[in-house]
Amino acid sequence: MATITVPSPRRVALPTSRAARKLLTLAVAAAILVPLANSRGASAAWPHHLTVGLASPLSSASNWVIDNRDTHPLFLYFFGYISNAVVLTVRAVYLALLAAGWPGVTVLAAAVAHRVAGTRLAVATAAAFLACGALGMWVPTMQTLALMVVAVLASVAVGFVLGLGAGLSDRLHRALRPVLDTMQVLPAFAYLLPVVLVFGIGVPAAVLATVVYAAPPMARLTALGLRGADPEVLEAVESLGATSRQRLLTARLPLARRELLLGLNQTIMMALSMAVIASVIGAGGLGDRVYQALASVDVGAALAAGIPIVLLAVVLDRITAAAGDRGDTRQAPVGLLYALAATVAVALAARLLGRLDWPAAWTLDFAEPVNRAVDWMTAHLYSGVPVVGGTADWAGHFTTWVLDPLRDGLQWLPWWAVLLVVAALAWLIGTWRTALTAVLAMAAIGVLGVWEPALDTLSQVLAAVAVTLVLGFATGVAAARSDRVERALRPVLDVFQTMPQFVYLIPVVALFGVGRAPAVAAAVVYALPAVVRITAQGLRQVDPAALESARSLGATGRQQLWQVQLPLARPALLLALNQGVVLVLAVVIIGGLVGGGALGYDVALGLAQGDLATGLVAGAAIVCLGLMLDRVTQPTERRTGKGA
Amino acid sequence: MRRITITAASALLVLATGCGAADMTKQASPFADARGAKTVTLSVQSWVGAQSDVAVAQYILEHKLGYRVDTVQVDEVPAWDALSQGRVDAILEDWGHPDQEKRYVEEKKTISRAGDLGVTGHIGWFVPTYLVRQHPDITDWKNLNKYASLFRTAESGGKGQLLDGSPSYVTNDKALVSNLKLDYQVVFAGSEAAQITQIKQFAKEKKPFLTYWYAPQWLFKKVPMTEVRLPAYQEGCDADAGKVACAYPHTPLQKYLNTGFAHSGGRAAAFLKKFRWTTEDQDQVSLLIADRKLSPQEAAKTWVESHPSVWKKWLS
Repeated sequence: MATITVPSPRRVALPTSRAARKLLTLAVAAAILVPLANSRGASAAWPHHLTVGLASPLSSASNWVIDNRDTHPLFLYFFGYISNAVVLTVRAVYLALLAAGWPGVTVLAAAVAHRVAGTRLAVATAAAFLACGALGMWVPTMQTLALMVVAVLASVAVGFVLGLGAGLSDRLHRALRPVLDTMQVLPAFAYLLPVVLVFGIGVPAAVLATVVYAAPPMARLTALGLRGADPEVLEAVESLGATSRQRLLTARLPLARRELLLGLNQTIMMALSMAVIASVIGAGGLGDRVYQALASVDVGAALAAGIPIVLLAVVLDRITAAAGDRGDTRQAPVGLLYALAATVAVALAARLLGRLDWPAAWTLDFAEPVNRAVDWMTAHLYSGVPVVGGTADWAGHFTTWVLDPLRDGLQWLPWWAVLLVVAALAWLIGTWRTALTAVLAMAAIGVLGVWEPALDTLSQVLAAVAVTLVLGFATGVAAARSDRVERALRPVLDVFQTMPQFVYLIPVVALFGVGRAPAVAAAVVYALPAVVRITAQGLRQVDPAALESARSLGATGRQQLWQVQLPLARPALLLALNQGVVLVLAVVIIGGLVGGGALGYDVALGLAQGDLATGLVAGAAIVCLGLMLDRVTQPTERRTGKGA
Repeated sequence: MRRITITAASALLVLATGCGAADMTKQASPFADARGAKTVTLSVQSWVGAQSDVAVAQYILEHKLGYRVDTVQVDEVPAWDALSQGRVDAILEDWGHPDQEKRYVEEKKTISRAGDLGVTGHIGWFVPTYLVRQHPDITDWKNLNKYASLFRTAESGGKGQLLDGSPSYVTNDKALVSNLKLDYQVVFAGSEAAQITQIKQFAKEKKPFLTYWYAPQWLFKKVPMTEVRLPAYQEGCDADAGKVACAYPHTPLQKYLNTGFAHSGGRAAAFLKKFRWTTEDQDQVSLLIADRKLSPQEAAKTWVESHPSVWKKWLS
């Protein structure tokens, strides 16, 4: 792992005194800068004369694009081709999938799974595809799959080329790293607007947004794999007189195989989650079914479309993960030929029998029982439950006693004080570089003129992160201390981590009403699995010798936890915090669709009304907020990737 | 060898996309026209009334005219853009977008009008009818401040809550609240789904609420609501978005087709131009979908089978 820390000249200094020195420096800087800042704007909110109005240039740009899109050469000879190429390839894949029919696709998937990961996964894969059909979702599943295939191939190609460059050239690596780091923390929602501006609503925009979102992990891991190659092996190859091209093809790339496949895995997972969110800009397929079902408050139908997404995610995840773990056997082409031959045979047989479409009689009505269960829950839990009070009462109390004071407190703080707090936190946890980035990002929000809504969003993020951490650390500790709890939790965590964020929104509205509380609740549920996972992993990796010695000194289980395990797992806990913050932000933004207001609402408004000025400014502010939160919580060591 | 393949592939791509300029007004969906079937792509807006229009049109196109229908959910304004680019072929229910109409229908001529849907839409502020029985004078906006405390919630702070819906809907509510000097806070539910869920919860406990809502809408059958009278609408009183201080107009809902599709869409285009039904018809289908939880296809089938006299006219 490329851990680049700022070399501190006095490594031996005690952490406390180092922290004190950082704070002292900051205090001196504040003493000089604050009176200056106060003279520029004494109010609590960001001073108006320090903002830049982007609304009118942005709306004129948007109007220019719409007016010239059909005639301007830039569109006719450049974007038009990209758009057409995307449409053609997606269409080709889609037609191929339809031509194979459900028997063909199922057999192909199972054969590939068998080849890569063995019989058990092959059976699971076949079952997953048949389940998609049984839920009545075969055609949407194929549409999503077609879009995914194209988006993943493009992401892998782009990511691989960038990663190759960064792996071979130090300069490119230095230039790309901060960009990739940043792209990884951005909420998916913020990507949608710019591509819509150029390509309009539809599949090309969806594919491109997905590529932009999913390519960074591939680039990052390719570079990592190439840079991590064993120097002795390289030297040996070089001494054999291989050219640099031969070195790359015969030594460096094969050695980086694991990282490459891990990159593929992450790219697929991110592409899938984006393909769902992109239904807001007309991606079609499963995501669109979820979106349509939510419009008529039909949780059951939303789940029926959500489950195939989860199944696809789990299957793809397991297959690519197995490919990465498997030893380097090199007879794949033959096996794949057999798989292809079997597929063609089955597809032809199905065609002759006239069974290419999923038979309508084989679908289950899944939506109705789910909806009945949801109705029962809302009828009995919403309000007036004796003693504990209903969920709506909790939401009300949470809003009045936690969210409101937090928001009002943040908005009451003078703007320079907010910057100062950000700087202090970021510097204490990270380095002066992360602190500087965080402060600049926060200041950029002010300059964009969305200081107040950004603080509103921030208050929701903070509240959600606090709840997530309490629940996540508690569950993580339980999972780390008991194998049985961990085994029981694992499938639950898998499913929750791959569910599309949209599906969470409606049950939380049913339980908590409309407003900021349901947005926070959805965010907590979404971020919890990653936090639980990282915490449990971190605690389990604590050196057993340290635990043993604590035990021999007569420490109780509680003392072991508090005084040995937790302090030793500090890096993992910080990583959990960092991931929690990033994931929570992503969902709090989507919470704009259920009354979360603030920046998320502005982005939704921008997309819905074609009001790019509002949407893009809010999107940029979200980017800054994400950057700030990431840098503030970033431990000195870099993490490996998104999710757990 | 590889270079040759790449060159060949790109040459093929260029040939396939047609040499020269790409036509940005013919950007069909990649999922359209699969396996030789003729496809019509319809835009579904997020509210259930529009889903009913589309479901019935889809059923007739598929079962009576032999087309294959794709539906895409797009918000109102972007849907105009998609219609102009040919990504969708038709919008069946538009609530009035003068700016877009001017740009696409009159200037660019990429979109054509396709007549009335037959349903008249109206937006307004509504309170539940059970509340009106307790406080009969609440239906006049002048009395709203008197009752503001009734509508207080955690989200609206010290003020009364005016529940608003999706950001994509036509609304002047923020301007109305400030221009009429009302002691209210507009709370955006963020989506219609969220708003309906919230209204149903209020209604179940017979709690007071004030909401932005619109007719025709199936929810009136489940939760009877009465409109609050705002200062009367006059032509042009909503011209300046910041200074609006009047009610919303009554809008005859319109259909629009992509111009290319309108000319060469054959029987499908002819049918969609003739498609015209009443508020009651639409409500029947909407109730089946949203309340009895039938799938849109089943709801459309039920309606089509029981109303042959209505839809036979659309096909003649």
